[in-house]
Amino acid sequence: MRLETRVRPSRRQVLGGAVAAGAMLAAPAVVRAQAKALKVAVLLPRSGLLAAAGQACHRGAVVSPKVLADFGYAVELINVDFESNVDVARTQTERAIAEGANCVVGAFESGATLAIAQVCEQRQVPLVINIGSVPQLTEQGYKYLVRNFQTNPQLVSGGLRLVKDLMAATSVPFKNAVFVHANDTFGTAQRAAMDRLFPAAQMPFPLLESIAYDPKAQDLAVEVTKIRALAPELVLVTTRSSDAIKLVRDMVRQRFEPKAIVSPGSPGLYDEEFYQALGPLADFHLYNLPWANPKAQMTQALAAAFKTAHPTNRFEVDCFNAGFTFEGIMVAADAFKRAGSTDGKALMEAVKATNIAEHVMTGGPIQFDEKGQNNNIQAAVVQNRNRTPTVVLPPEIAVSAPVLPMPSWQGRS
Amino acid sequence: MLSIWLNVVVQGVLTGLLYGLMALGLSAIFGVVRLVNFAHGEFAVVAMYAAFVLFRAWGVDPLWSMLPIAAVFFVVGFALQRTLINAFVGRPDYQQFILLVGVAIVLVNGLLIVFGPDAQPANLPYAFDSYLVGPLIIDKVRVYAAVAALAVCAALFGFFRFTRTGTAIRACADNLVGAAVVGLDVRRLYAVTFGIGLACVGAAGALMVTIADPVPGLGPAYTLLAFTIVIIGGLGSMAGALVAGLLIGVSEAVAGFLIAPSMKSMFSFALLIAVLVLRPQGLLGKKPA
Repeated sequence: MRLETRVRPSRRQVLGGAVAAGAMLAAPAVVRAQAKALKVAVLLPRSGLLAAAGQACHRGAVVSPKVLADFGYAVELINVDFESNVDVARTQTERAIAEGANCVVGAFESGATLAIAQVCEQRQVPLVINIGSVPQLTEQGYKYLVRNFQTNPQLVSGGLRLVKDLMAATSVPFKNAVFVHANDTFGTAQRAAMDRLFPAAQMPFPLLESIAYDPKAQDLAVEVTKIRALAPELVLVTTRSSDAIKLVRDMVRQRFEPKAIVSPGSPGLYDEEFYQALGPLADFHLYNLPWANPKAQMTQALAAAFKTAHPTNRFEVDCFNAGFTFEGIMVAADAFKRAGSTDGKALMEAVKATNIAEHVMTGGPIQFDEKGQNNNIQAAVVQNRNRTPTVVLPPEIAVSAPVLPMPSWQGRS
Repeated sequence: MLSIWLNVVVQGVLTGLLYGLMALGLSAIFGVVRLVNFAHGEFAVVAMYAAFVLFRAWGVDPLWSMLPIAAVFFVVGFALQRTLINAFVGRPDYQQFILLVGVAIVLVNGLLIVFGPDAQPANLPYAFDSYLVGPLIIDKVRVYAAVAALAVCAALFGFFRFTRTGTAIRACADNLVGAAVVGLDVRRLYAVTFGIGLACVGAAGALMVTIADPVPGLGPAYTLLAFTIVIIGGLGSMAGALVAGLLIGVSEAVAGFLIAPSMKSMFSFALLIAVLVLRPQGLLGKKPA
């Protein structure tokens, strides 16, 4: 005799189980579509070569959910450090999306942003670029990418135009200039833009030479000797903070004193690391960049939240990185609010239709063209004064007059 | 223009002396123990941080703090060789490589935990000063560092040439079996050599703080630099390391000025390839028997 121990399921039970299993499998999609807050992965270089800027961006990201909540937006952040490494950026993006990120904001550095863009495109997850200027980001036909930042040509052409404004405002002419740039992705893109736009800009002085340097070099003594041999009155620079320190340090050591050191749209001259390393020698350098508009209500709200959350950091120093990162998150949150869904396609359509008039950084409303580029951002001339970035042009938002030529290295206390 | 060229060459010589000192420790260790210290650069960065901390906390100038740092590094090197590395002497190269890469990773991550990823400028009071000698403008920090590097090199050469321990170490390097047969304590001498190698790195690292800001990630670049110098100079030749350091310092400076600064390191490696092809034993290395 055979003993029947197995329980055979009925057809009804099988059907019921299948329905239950299907419901379980579909649940994440349903939950995703009905989520109350958008999950935003913020990818930044918080360690490694670009750590100083990445940390400044991160400080802006950290306060964003609270500030945005006051303006009626709901976001949850997944903060990710890609260690200033392109490969890590790619794998961390995959990981963040697998963990449920509906949108990605980042990544400060163009090379890493290109890697992230490829992943976002494959996974159909919107990428909002906070800072990253190489033109190909919006020229390669990515459908899931927008950039709320200027391209290298925009940075350089705006930067050169503001150099003219600076000369007019101070009545200090420059006889000649040298362009010094890092040979990384950002620096070489700036060089390409400079080569193309300088002749077109009809500047009243010649560009004697463009000098590339390795940002990982121990020091920039040879580079400065080369600059000194050309004796330019204006040194245009594209740097990061660590190499900006080396550059100024070697200029002081070699007693080379141009009339001005101007960055036509690059970081480096306004980081806390730069101020701490150089002290008074960090003053009077100029950078032509989009900056936080001190008169905007949202800027004031962000500054207040920033000061509460980061009492040891200065918003005035971090506002470029923090402001653009905040705006990137806001673009995503605003799109989510309008789309009412976290579905990649719907969310991206809403991102592309962005029109935000009230925001933090200088310029017109945040809008994106068909390539995903915001062309309404405007640069300002900012000068280091008492180790604080100070807007000196254009006059309507300036809080101080520009100082040119910069005072001698000697005698600064 | 001649003054500019002179400036470039002088900068190259001063930097090259420091490079030479950096590589000297690696050369000494390889010459005797026949082991390539792949954690060399990381030890140099640890020394940079030690000098940075001593300056920031107690105001001890790196030119002075290099002495206690070198002493501590000697003890660390001696202990490390006796406790960990000695077991790997004579083992296959890949095992030695993995061991020292492991040590390097531990050091870098330890520094990251303690100091974070950012550069830490020491801000020495004379960091921005320079000497005006006729048409030459020479950085004060480079002059100080180069003079100190020369002093350390002279002391090291004197030690190996004129002391009994130094002579015994050279005997081990020349003929290990013979040295053991005449009763030399080879294991102790290996440990002393490793200690001396690390002491050199300690001194070089402390001096590097005067011209570069310490960052945990600097280690591999220093290891590669030291390795390049040692191969160009001849593995195991301390004089070769110094000469190659000078050669690299000057060639980088001249090539950087003449062609493009961003291509400086390309010339070091071009030099390395040329030496490997034309004189595989290095400029002052001995041809294998």
